[in-house]
Amino acid sequence: MTGVLPVTLEESTKSVQALLHSGKEYICLMKLHGEPGEEKVRSVLKEFEDTIYQRPPLRARVKRQLRTRTIYYSDFFEMDGRNVLFKVGCEGGTYIRKLCYDVGEVLGCGAHMQELRRTRAGPFVEGDAGFVTLHDVAYWFMKWQEQKDEKVLRNFVQPMEKSLALVPKVHVRDSAVDAVCHGANLTAPGVLSLETGISKGSMIAIFTLKGEAVALAKAIASTDEILKMDHGIVAQALRILMPRGTYPKGWRSGKRDVQEN
Amino acid sequence: MRLKDTSPRNLAHTARRNIVLKLLYFSAFFYAYRSVASNMPRSIAPWEIQRKLQVKAEDKTNPRYGCKPEERPAEEFMRYGVINLDKTAGPTSHEVAAWVKRILKLQHVGHGGTLEA
Repeated sequence: MTGVLPVTLEESTKSVQALLHSGKEYICLMKLHGEPGEEKVRSVLKEFEDTIYQRPPLRARVKRQLRTRTIYYSDFFEMDGRNVLFKVGCEGGTYIRKLCYDVGEVLGCGAHMQELRRTRAGPFVEGDAGFVTLHDVAYWFMKWQEQKDEKVLRNFVQPMEKSLALVPKVHVRDSAVDAVCHGANLTAPGVLSLETGISKGSMIAIFTLKGEAVALAKAIASTDEILKMDHGIVAQALRILMPRGTYPKGWRSGKRDVQEN
Repeated sequence: MRLKDTSPRNLAHTARRNIVLKLLYFSAFFYAYRSVASNMPRSIAPWEIQRKLQVKAEDKTNPRYGCKPEERPAEEFMRYGVINLDKTAGPTSHEVAAWVKRILKLQHVGHGGTLEA
C-alpha cells in the first residue's frame, strides 16, 4: 500500500476533515483465482461503476457495518495470466481489498488484491510538483535549515489552502472574517462571491479575498439562494482554521470596546 | 357462438401459456432496464466537477491584515502547510506521519485518509 498520503502539519491538521471524505483514486493489481477471460473481467469491472453496497473487511479500522460507497470509474488496464491491473476512482472510505473480493465473486472464480497504490487523494495527485518521498522531506528540511532560504521550504510544503481546493468556496469581506473566526454564523451581507454547486447542507470553505482559508462550514442555502439573499444566515462554521485576531473585529459590543478604540 | 372449454386439460394449457407469457414480459422489461442502466451516465468524481465563481458584491481587502497563503513567512508557512507525501510500503500511515513529525521537529502532525494495509 503505497502512494499519495497527504500529511498535515501543525495548524493545518484542522483542515484534514476536508480530505477524509474526498474522493480517492487507486491503481490496483488484482489476482484472480481462475481464468474467466479478458472480456468478462472488463465487463464485470464496468458493472461496478455505480453506488455499491460494501461491508468493510475483517481487518478494518472502522465498524463492520454495511454501507454504500460510490465508484466513479474503474478502468481496465491490462491482464497477464491471472493478474489484472486496473484504475479505480472512488468515494473516501471504499475498501479496494473488498472491491477485489467482490469482483472475484461476480466473476465466479474468486479474486484478491495483490498490490495497491493510491494515485490521488482529493486535490493531491501523484506526480504533481511537491509530491515528495520521506527522504526528500528529510533532505529539503536539512537544506532549509542550512540555507534559511524560503524557496527550499516551498519545494516540499504546500499551503493548507491546497487541501481545500475541491470544496466549494465562498469569499467574504474583511469585516466578516474575525466574526467567523470567533464562531459566528456567516451572514449574507458578508458574502462577496461564491462558487456554483453549493447545495443546502453541503460542506463549503470560507476564504478571504487574499485567498486564505478562514473556516470549513455547512451551507444553509444553495448557491442560487445565497445570490438572492440580502440578509440572513448563509453558513454555520464547522471547523475554524484561522486564528482569532488576524483580521480586525468588525462588530460593536457595548461601551467598553468603543472607548478602547 | 363459442363456448368456453372448461375441461381440466384446457385449463392446464392456458395456465402454462400464461406463465410463458409472463416470463417473456419480465425478461423483456429486465433487458430493457439493463440496457437503460448501462447507458446511464456514471457519477462524476469530485475532481471532475467544474465550478464557476459567481460574484455577489465587490469589495477591497486591506493589505494591513493577513497575507496571501504563498507569501506567508517561513515559520508560519510550515505551521499552515501540507505535504503531499509518497508513502512507501511497510510502515503504516500513522508511523509515517510520526516520522515526518520527528524529522520536521513539530508538535502536531496528521494525515488525510489512512492508506490501510
